[in-house]
Amino acid sequence: MSGRVLVGVKRVIDYAVKIRVKPDNSGVVTDGVKHSMNPFCEIAVEEAVKLKEKKLIKEVVAVSCGPQQSQETIRTALAMGADRGIHVEVTGKDYDTLGPLQVSKILAALAKKEEAQLVILGKQAIDDDCNQTGQMTAALLDWPQGTFASEVSLENDKVKVVREIDGGLETIKISTPAVLTADLRLNTPRYATLPNIMKAKKKKIANVKPADLGVDLTSRLEVLRVDEPPQRQAGMKVETVDDLVVKLKDAGKV
Amino acid sequence: MVGIFQRSLRLRTSLRQLSFHGSTSSTDTLSSLVLRGRLFPISSPSVFFSTHRTLQAPNDGPKSLSDTPPPRRPFSRVTEEDLTFFRTLLPGRTITDPDLLESSNVDWLKSVRGSSEVLLRPQTTEEVSQILRYCNSHNLAVNPQGGNTGLVGGSVPVYDEIVLSTALMNNILHFNDVSGILTCQSGCILENLSLYLEERGHIMPLDLGAKGSCQIGGNVATNAGGLRLLRYGSLHGTVLGLEVVLADGRVLDCLSTLRKDNTGYDLKQLFIGSEGTLGVITAVSILCPQKPKSVNVVFLGCETFEQLLKTFQLSKRMLGEILSAYEFLDSECLNLLKTHLKLQNPVSDCPFYIVIETQGSDPNHDEEKLHNFLEEAMASSLVVDGTVATEEGKIKALWSMRERITEALTHDGFTYKYDISLPVERIYQLVTDMRRHLGDRAKSVVGYGHVGDGNLHLNITSPAKNAALLAAIEPFVYEWTAKFQGSISAEHGLGLKKRNYIHYSLGVRWRVFPPCR
Repeated sequence: MSGRVLVGVKRVIDYAVKIRVKPDNSGVVTDGVKHSMNPFCEIAVEEAVKLKEKKLIKEVVAVSCGPQQSQETIRTALAMGADRGIHVEVTGKDYDTLGPLQVSKILAALAKKEEAQLVILGKQAIDDDCNQTGQMTAALLDWPQGTFASEVSLENDKVKVVREIDGGLETIKISTPAVLTADLRLNTPRYATLPNIMKAKKKKIANVKPADLGVDLTSRLEVLRVDEPPQRQAGMKVETVDDLVVKLKDAGKV
Repeated sequence: MVGIFQRSLRLRTSLRQLSFHGSTSSTDTLSSLVLRGRLFPISSPSVFFSTHRTLQAPNDGPKSLSDTPPPRRPFSRVTEEDLTFFRTLLPGRTITDPDLLESSNVDWLKSVRGSSEVLLRPQTTEEVSQILRYCNSHNLAVNPQGGNTGLVGGSVPVYDEIVLSTALMNNILHFNDVSGILTCQSGCILENLSLYLEERGHIMPLDLGAKGSCQIGGNVATNAGGLRLLRYGSLHGTVLGLEVVLADGRVLDCLSTLRKDNTGYDLKQLFIGSEGTLGVITAVSILCPQKPKSVNVVFLGCETFEQLLKTFQLSKRMLGEILSAYEFLDSECLNLLKTHLKLQNPVSDCPFYIVIETQGSDPNHDEEKLHNFLEEAMASSLVVDGTVATEEGKIKALWSMRERITEALTHDGFTYKYDISLPVERIYQLVTDMRRHLGDRAKSVVGYGHVGDGNLHLNITSPAKNAALLAAIEPFVYEWTAKFQGSISAEHGLGLKKRNYIHYSLGVRWRVFPPCR
């Protein structure tokens, strides 16, 4: 096995930022807004770096699809311990309509090209909450998938994955090469320390175009409208139980 | 400055008296706090801002010097007639329910307790004026209260003073986004003001851990320092105007929104830091800086305090105008954060940690400066480890290593808090000397604080309140501070707990020269 792990990292609006809808309801405001690596992608990078530290794999390659700024996200992955990066350049209209289908095609192509043993992704991105990219990538590659992983262990050429599901925890064993998606409790991402940040500046980020990978970026989806969630109504305080009954009757609840 | 003093105002440089001609009350309240600790005679019974508060600790032990409660002055007690007046003036906002009064009678540290029976919540300056005029003429003591987050027992009543809360005076009156001048009522919570300003491209010039609860009126009354003082200066510089209601109900309108005004005495400066002894601040106008487009936080580890200071010099030199905060904590603080709040160390274990914040208008410019600084700091071995955050989530996480120490201490036991200003080279020496002095008697002795401003927060904990330990700490800590001409209360104020120690650090000294021949 090549011992190479491909980790997908997505640049999203920072989770602490207050989201605003554009006045024309076509999307959310992204200009001048703080962006950072998707938290689940951080967990994915951390897991890959941990595997490398345990000497179970040899190389961690961080991949991001997007405009120039996506390189910052790759640099963060490099500072956390990834060895090199691949920036798949997608800009303008293509970037606006970039979704799980297109990304999974890109990742599948890269996984084949790089002869990856594992592809580790975050379970979902916090901007679109799709939770589809990992699954689609596995399907395109016809590889087994371990999604919502809260524990991963490599045993020879098999991977034992503990998955977080509604009923509790499910343990599966899948063969490599495979796609894994990281859930919240898989690990706690490390802070990138200064020596690593300095080293990361020297690591390579290769530039690739989707066309080079033979990927068609056309989207089959069209966003019609984006709206803010309805404002939460203020509660009301009443003095007595009788008042409460009156108010409930007025509101048609009783 | 607009003043409503009827005749001439004799304001002596020694601040001995603010005498109002034609007024029966002499606001001698300040006199007991200023100047050599000598108490000036209380010439009038109508003193309405109680400066002396009792330290009625919930868990009682033998009382030491700082615990001796001052006697209750001969104020009147609240009668039904008084309550009727208040209820007419403030319908639904006159609180007498003991459960509701509980939080106004006890301070944030749960170390002092008053026994007020009346809580008033005015909404306008006019109401405050009416309340004070009434209390003045009926000899009733009043305790102004903002967010009740003070750390020296100054925000809660000593005895049964009426609590005058500004909590409902939370309107923002005006914001000028060209000049950056914000005018608001004094009960606005600091964090709410920050959020309001951030939507308009500005920020408050001060920031402190208590921002979710503290009110701007209280901040001004205590001349709060905080985490941004290094960059934006103190409230004495950023507050442009105040509206204050004096003890007898007269409203002093110094609510100017002018950046520069040299006409007459700058009276508002007296109220900044007066801790509620000269008047109730009802409105504030404050100069707000631009919201920075780029904020970075760096968390560094150092081997020695000397290296920490050298790193400070380096950061001033290389980061220059974008440096906005330089804070430190020691390894004991980090252990408390790990033990009580389960926070992880972002870097490897070191004796000292630094939190540096930069704020600027150009992310690329700032990042380049920051990286150059970090490279230099690492190359010259001034720091042994560190991490950088540019994203809001990570920035909050790094700041919480410094901001949540106070919280971690409350879980460690009974805390003895000291807020000391010292020459910056001496800051940590006090911590090491205190550790040696106390030996095993204390549970934890930690040092952290605004090292960039020369301000140390020395905290000592013990499993329970211990009078013998307190006697070992005080007056050792004050004498030590006095020896190096430091201040025994850099930013927390005097309040109740430190009222007796003012003479250790006096701002005003007299020098007498022999007559010339």
